[in-house]
Parts: sequence; structure tokens; C-alpha cells
Amino acid sequence: MADEKNKITLILFSGEMDKALACFTLATTAAAMGFEVTIFFTFWGLNVLKKGGISTGKKTFLQKMFWFLNKGTKEKLPLTKFNFAGAGPEMMKLLMKQKKMASLPDLMASAREMKVKYIACTTSCGVMGVDRSDLIAEVDEMAGAATYLAEAKGSNVNLFI
Amino acid sequence: MNDIKFDKELDCLGLYCPVPIMKTAQVINTMKSGEVLEVIADDIGILKDMPAWAMTTGNGFLGAKTEGDIYKVYVKKK
Repeated sequence: MADEKNKITLILFSGEMDKALACFTLATTAAAMGFEVTIFFTFWGLNVLKKGGISTGKKTFLQKMFWFLNKGTKEKLPLTKFNFAGAGPEMMKLLMKQKKMASLPDLMASAREMKVKYIACTTSCGVMGVDRSDLIAEVDEMAGAATYLAEAKGSNVNLFI
Repeated sequence: MNDIKFDKELDCLGLYCPVPIMKTAQVINTMKSGEVLEVIADDIGILKDMPAWAMTTGNGFLGAKTEGDIYKVYVKKK
């Protein structure tokens, strides 16, 4: 078991901080355990990869509206519960800092150091008008379901978050 | 159980999952085969997580000591 390279694939569909934390806690731990880790980011999960700020990509009117309404980057995401218009996540971040827990940006930095692979879903990008230039540089591939499934087929653990 | 000799020490006091495991993996990478790492933590999860990590990565788990609220676990590099 120890010598063969085990693989794990995660789908991050959700764009909330708590779910992203769960995803990256598993990703970093798996990488530390010697797994090859791939995360497929789709729908709201793409927010975790967004650079934030003004988009330079071309967008239709509806996509512009979507971009404006669907805010969020790894530094600023809502919670699934107790969001309280953004006060919840700030309190959670403060609590985590007091407890010396790793924040989402910390975990993401560790994930990259351990070569966790990021794939961004091109279909979700297309619908939401998210351009490659809107995403952080760390994204390894822009791809679709077949790429994910090909990766998932050879992996031992697959999770949808 | 009282006397486990180790070559390196890793202080993970105050740190929660998954940080102690990540740090252990990083430090083990810098060590030589057969060397022993002592990891000191106060998150009780380490007692289960470290043997699981060692088993999966093929490193040796030599045991754990509990001193009040502090846990010391020992890993031998494969």
C-alpha cells in the first residue's frame, strides 16, 4: 500500500468557506499522506479560485450581472450557516486565528506546496462568464467532466463537496 | 514506552488537524531512513491520526506517550 501511488479526487461544487475548508483540509492531509490529489472546481466552487476585483474577460450583460452578484474569493466567502450578512465568516476567521487554526488561504498555499492539482470546470466558467484571466495563476487545467472522470477512475477516494 | 530515542523533535503545540500531519510529512522528508521523529501535540486527534499517516505512507509508528494534556508520538522514517 505504501509504495504504490494512491490517488484522490475531490469536487468542490460549493462556494462557502466552511465547505472549502473541509475540502482543503482533506486535500492537504491526503497530500501529506502521499496521495496524488486533484481538485475539480465547478459552479460556486470556482469562487475559491477567483482573483477578485475587476474582470478583464469579455462578458454578456447577464454574465456581468452574475459577476457582480456572485462575489467571493478565497479570502472572502460566506458560511453555509450563521452567515449573518458576512459577520459570521469574520467571527469564524477570528476564532480560527485565536485557536491558531490554518485559514483557507494558508491551507491553499500548503496544498500548492504539496502539488495538489487544480482543475477549473470550463462549462461553469462559460455559463458564469469567468475567464481564465479571472482565476488565480495556480489553476493547472481548464477542463470538463471527462477529464475529471478519467482522473476519478484511477483514484481510490472521490468526494463531492 | 518510557524511553524512545529520537533524532528530531517537532513542536505542534496549539496546532490543529491537518497542520501537525503536514508538518510531520515535511520534516520526515528531510530526515534519513531509520531516524526517529518525536512530534509533540495537544490535539488528541494526533493519537489516531499519526498511526494512520504512518501506515499509509509506510513509515514506522513507534508509539505514543500521554503527559497530561500533551501527547508525544514517535515516527520512524522508512
